[in-house]
Amino acid sequence: MRLRFIFGEVFNGLRRNSTMALSVVLVTFVSLTFVGAAALIQTQIGQLQDDWYGQVEVSVFLCPVQSVEEQCAQGEATPAQEQAILDVLENGSVAALVESVEYESKEEAYENFEARADSSLAQYLTADDMQASFRVKLTDPSQFQVVADATQGLPGVEEVQDQREIFDQLFAFLNAATLVAAGLAAVMLLTAVLLITTTVRLSALSRKRETTIMRMVGSSRTLIQLPFMLEGAVAATAGALLAALGLWFGVQYLVQDWLSSSVGWVDYVSGDDVLAIAPWLIVIAFGLAAFASLLTLGRYTRA
Amino acid sequence: MIRLENVSKVYSRGARPALDGIDIEIERGDFVFLVGSSGSGKSTFLKLILREERPTGGDVYVAGRHLNKLSAWRVPHLRREIGAVFQDFRLLPNKTVYQNVSFALQVIGKGRREIDSTVPEMLELVGLAGKERRMPHELSGGEQQRVAIARAFVNRPPILLCDEPTGNLDPGTSVGIMRLLDRINRTGTTVLMATHDDEIVDQMRKRVIELKGGHLVRDQDRGVYGLERA
Repeated sequence: MRLRFIFGEVFNGLRRNSTMALSVVLVTFVSLTFVGAAALIQTQIGQLQDDWYGQVEVSVFLCPVQSVEEQCAQGEATPAQEQAILDVLENGSVAALVESVEYESKEEAYENFEARADSSLAQYLTADDMQASFRVKLTDPSQFQVVADATQGLPGVEEVQDQREIFDQLFAFLNAATLVAAGLAAVMLLTAVLLITTTVRLSALSRKRETTIMRMVGSSRTLIQLPFMLEGAVAATAGALLAALGLWFGVQYLVQDWLSSSVGWVDYVSGDDVLAIAPWLIVIAFGLAAFASLLTLGRYTRA
Repeated sequence: MIRLENVSKVYSRGARPALDGIDIEIERGDFVFLVGSSGSGKSTFLKLILREERPTGGDVYVAGRHLNKLSAWRVPHLRREIGAVFQDFRLLPNKTVYQNVSFALQVIGKGRREIDSTVPEMLELVGLAGKERRMPHELSGGEQQRVAIARAFVNRPPILLCDEPTGNLDPGTSVGIMRLLDRINRTGTTVLMATHDDEIVDQMRKRVIELKGGHLVRDQDRGVYGLERA
């Protein structure tokens, strides 16, 4: 009986106040879409880091024949210098951090370049224009700086380069995008709270007569206030569901279908990731509505 | 049933008290008129009993409860023991007669079966049998007040508070309402009625409590409205 009464009141309230309810649905929809997008970008960053950091190498570039760098003033790196560098990597203080070392001679570098680049460009270059390098794989990619410090100053080393630097720019961009999405989400969420507050207040005022009588005949405060709270919660949850649905379609059609076919070598976020964050979106929506209702109801349905 | 001990109520600091040192006891089954001009403290008196207001001083006991110590979440239980009727009826305009009465039971969690058996009985008692499906605006003022009384009494509370129940009704209709209240009183219900209607008070010859400027100036059995006419 009470449940039926509560749900009946919620339904009536939503119907009577349908434009306000719709606006709550839409505002929560938009704000939670931003929240979800921010979460998905972070998930994507996590996936890429797991994926790529395992594969990245530290490249120790050796002095080429002609170098403008100061530490290569003595000319090309000699086999003795190369051996000394290899010793440091394999047996020196950083050996524990190094998983494997591969040597790429300048001839190999030229071949690789030829294979990758336009052959028209390669024909102007010779193996002497390329430089030899050690490709170092680390057991823990985040320890790059230690390895770099150990090799940087050695004779015959021109430059130590961490491939992660290339990705870091991408990650910096994605992190900035996350911040933008989160910032917009925060503003929208605030709007949602204010809007839910107004909606609950309007609803409570429009049913003042009922609540006055309910108070008078001794109905519990829960029964008086719950329908209003649920009204806000139902509208907000509908918005959260829409947001989850929107994100799912976005990921499915924009990322999985379109982006994957144009840039295929990346492991993108999937519909499953959206499903993983969807419950959180609903929790946020419900929490917001409860918070906004509590903020308002105390004043408008005094016991 | 209702006991006030040295009760005072001051609404804002420095203002004249709305009630000042009131001592009163109303027994179970009493029928009491509360009279006095506007601003004499009648409404405050009723609000204290309903615990819509709390006394500034003194103690209020209603239906075995010490209201000064009653916690907020127990207030609904107190209100279930008190039926309240007002001058302006306070019916829900979009509900039928039947729904208006059953609403009072619904919102205190009564089951459908109990509602279905109690409501027709109550409408019969107030003389509205056959009008269950009418809307409030289709009823006369007297009939609307009967619906309000049915709603207040449907839960069989031991106390019925009436705040000028005949204030909006013509004398003939008022007599009908008073007969109904008298009948309810005979079932053992304590009735406390605030009123300005001297004819009714004079006719009924019940206990009269008179307030003036927040003071109790008369408490008389089988009294009449004004002292000067006694």
